[in-house]
Amino acid sequence: MTVTAEEEVSSSGEAHDHLVARLEAVLRPDQVRTAATELHLYRHDASNLSGRAGVICFVESTADVQAVVRVANGCGVPFVARGSGTGLAGGAVPLDGAIVISTSKMNRILSVDAVDRIAWVEPGVLNLDLSKQIEHLGVHFAPDPSSQQTCSIGGNVANNSGGPHCLADGVTNAHIHAAEVVLPDGSITVLGGEDPEPEGYDLRGVFVGSEGMFGVATKVCVKLMQNPPDIATLLLDFSTVADGAELVSDIIADGIIPAAVEMMDQLCLQAIEEYIHAGLPVHQAAALLIEVVGLPAGVASDVARIRELAAQRNVGDIRVAADDEERALLWKGRKSAFGAIARIKPNYYLHDTVVPRHCLPEVLEQIYEIVDRHELLVVNVFHAGDGNLHPLLVYDATEPGIAERVHAAGDEIVRVSVAAGGVLSGEHGIGLEKRDLMPLMFSDVDLAAQADLRRAFDPALLANPNKVLPSPATCGDVHSIPDGAWV
Amino acid sequence: MSSPTVDLDVAAEEFAGQVGADGDVAIEGLGTRGGATGGVRTMAAPAGVQWIQPAEMTVRCGAGTPVDDLDAALAQYGQRVAIPDGGTIGGALSVGRSGVRRLGYGPMRDALLQAHYVSAKGEVVKAGGPTVKNVSGFDLCRLLVGSRGTLGFLSDVILRTRPRAEHEQWFSSDREPWELLTELYRPTSVLWNGAATWVLLEGNPDDIHTQAESSGMELANGPPDLPTGARWSLPPSELRSLRIAAPGSFVAEVGVGIVHHTHPVASVEPDVAALELQRRIKSEFDPKGRLNPGVSVLRAS
Repeated sequence: MTVTAEEEVSSSGEAHDHLVARLEAVLRPDQVRTAATELHLYRHDASNLSGRAGVICFVESTADVQAVVRVANGCGVPFVARGSGTGLAGGAVPLDGAIVISTSKMNRILSVDAVDRIAWVEPGVLNLDLSKQIEHLGVHFAPDPSSQQTCSIGGNVANNSGGPHCLADGVTNAHIHAAEVVLPDGSITVLGGEDPEPEGYDLRGVFVGSEGMFGVATKVCVKLMQNPPDIATLLLDFSTVADGAELVSDIIADGIIPAAVEMMDQLCLQAIEEYIHAGLPVHQAAALLIEVVGLPAGVASDVARIRELAAQRNVGDIRVAADDEERALLWKGRKSAFGAIARIKPNYYLHDTVVPRHCLPEVLEQIYEIVDRHELLVVNVFHAGDGNLHPLLVYDATEPGIAERVHAAGDEIVRVSVAAGGVLSGEHGIGLEKRDLMPLMFSDVDLAAQADLRRAFDPALLANPNKVLPSPATCGDVHSIPDGAWV
Repeated sequence: MSSPTVDLDVAAEEFAGQVGADGDVAIEGLGTRGGATGGVRTMAAPAGVQWIQPAEMTVRCGAGTPVDDLDAALAQYGQRVAIPDGGTIGGALSVGRSGVRRLGYGPMRDALLQAHYVSAKGEVVKAGGPTVKNVSGFDLCRLLVGSRGTLGFLSDVILRTRPRAEHEQWFSSDREPWELLTELYRPTSVLWNGAATWVLLEGNPDDIHTQAESSGMELANGPPDLPTGARWSLPPSELRSLRIAAPGSFVAEVGVGIVHHTHPVASVEPDVAALELQRRIKSEFDPKGRLNPGVSVLRAS
């Protein structure tokens, strides 16, 4: 394996000491950590991938971020911004002794305008904390990843994260007005603006979802949305997965866009039921959790129409949440699905692809077939309204040869999704995990254009290098996936 | 799904052949948003709707398709796109200006899911993906919206559609627009000229009636005429400062920040770092400056 210049520098003890000394000179020494336990902790995110962190910097301000990025440039060492580390695609995994810039201490809500519905927050603010702290103003931040209790707004911006309620309101990109950013060369600028049509290219738009490769967001201007006056939450169960999946397309084609349409299959329902005892339909093949929001007459008419459409798809029971408590219980089940899965097997690998809604029945069938063939177990719990699949392969990592089978099945799942007219990722991002699968969707010409954009933001290629774009657009091929990791 | 009337993959290759790899070229639509740059070889993007997938709420059409044609095609399925009327789809996206329903529909840029464009090298490039949700790679679609054809010429696009509302009605009121913005649930548009407020509500007719009654609004025939002298873009909280402007000189999109004004806006000094970034992007995508020469995304007229 070829060793890059950065690797030589960062692995030499003298250069590393020099880097740490320079960082300690621009930050307080307690903000700069090199203890083995901390370096170990920051080697990975919530994926199964890990790398090698050189030093961790706990930044507290835009000036801190700028100072670290300038040191990184001075020393020619790459840097990786990190929020809460809940990413599932290895986007925040540091490679080759990179500097990890943790924004978790930049967690202030700076301003809230509940009338024009705009807030400025620091990147380390946790997603759910924002909505909780502004709830009394009648507004919320719409993107709601399942990890919303722990994921940060900065991370949401980096990954253009989604969540159940993005069906009606769009993913994170649609909820970001502006970001103050430290660009990879250390300069500070604001991309986008509170005003709706800032001059120039939509740099805000391309920064969202750039997975830390276009710079580090230090302040984020988010759009807030009105809390709905009326909410109906329904749980519909079906004796076949296909019936439930077909209903999703029926509803959308009928002109109804619910706030959320989530599907859980039987294994998922059983695991959640054991965990939260909510009286879920554990004997049915699948259930849809549907939420309709708005004004009372519109909600009532949508619910009535959904009941009619569901009857045509052989729905079993339709449970309507009677109050906020029951609604919260149903959502708790959905959002704690991944925790509940641990009761089946100790390890899981979560995939994230999108297919056209009308292909859901067929692709789900293919997924079950792939998983059977590899003698694995799959739990399906996903954003059906968006066609956003989340097959969760559950396994016991101590079983010999299992990692290879999980890997092979996952790869096939991604391929059938793309072949059905879908995409590689709906909300987790590409990171390291799917970097080498990008050619399934994009030609060399397409990828070269993405690399051009990346180079415009980061000519020195120091911001989270070797993610997203496969080689030869980057020098990614010299960095193998770290020992003991697999994708 | 509608029967195909045009093969946009073939059309994109032909279009790429016209753009070529050398010499200055300009793109023209229907000339409704300023028209093409003069004095250079001019060409039009492919037109026509290849398919409409109502259950996916997506449509694929050529960038040269007239907005009004697409609107008529989608109306058959009770759907529409959040793109303002007139001109071509490609022209509207390239200029990047949303319509007065932005408050309810969101900005036009969010409607673009996938694009094929012809690069300065004369190659067909795909940006984005066909599904309503997608985070695969860097989002070149966002870069193309509002880029005025300076980074590539749009050939065809996949757009996200939305259902046409069951009912829609404009209202007027002499109440403060910000009171109405707070009181009403997700109005589609709130317009204000300093004295009167106009509100567009969409949805269930009973809900619209109840909202209008409780807020004391009166039926209106439509929105007011918009001054066409200039288009300002302000933080929405700053619209209140227009209170002292001459009556009749503006109509502001409350909650959004667009002001349709009789007078030009004072120009703002662009940020140096952002300017440098814009320059580098242009230089990466069109090093010879052959696409729409003379057009700049800064100081757009």
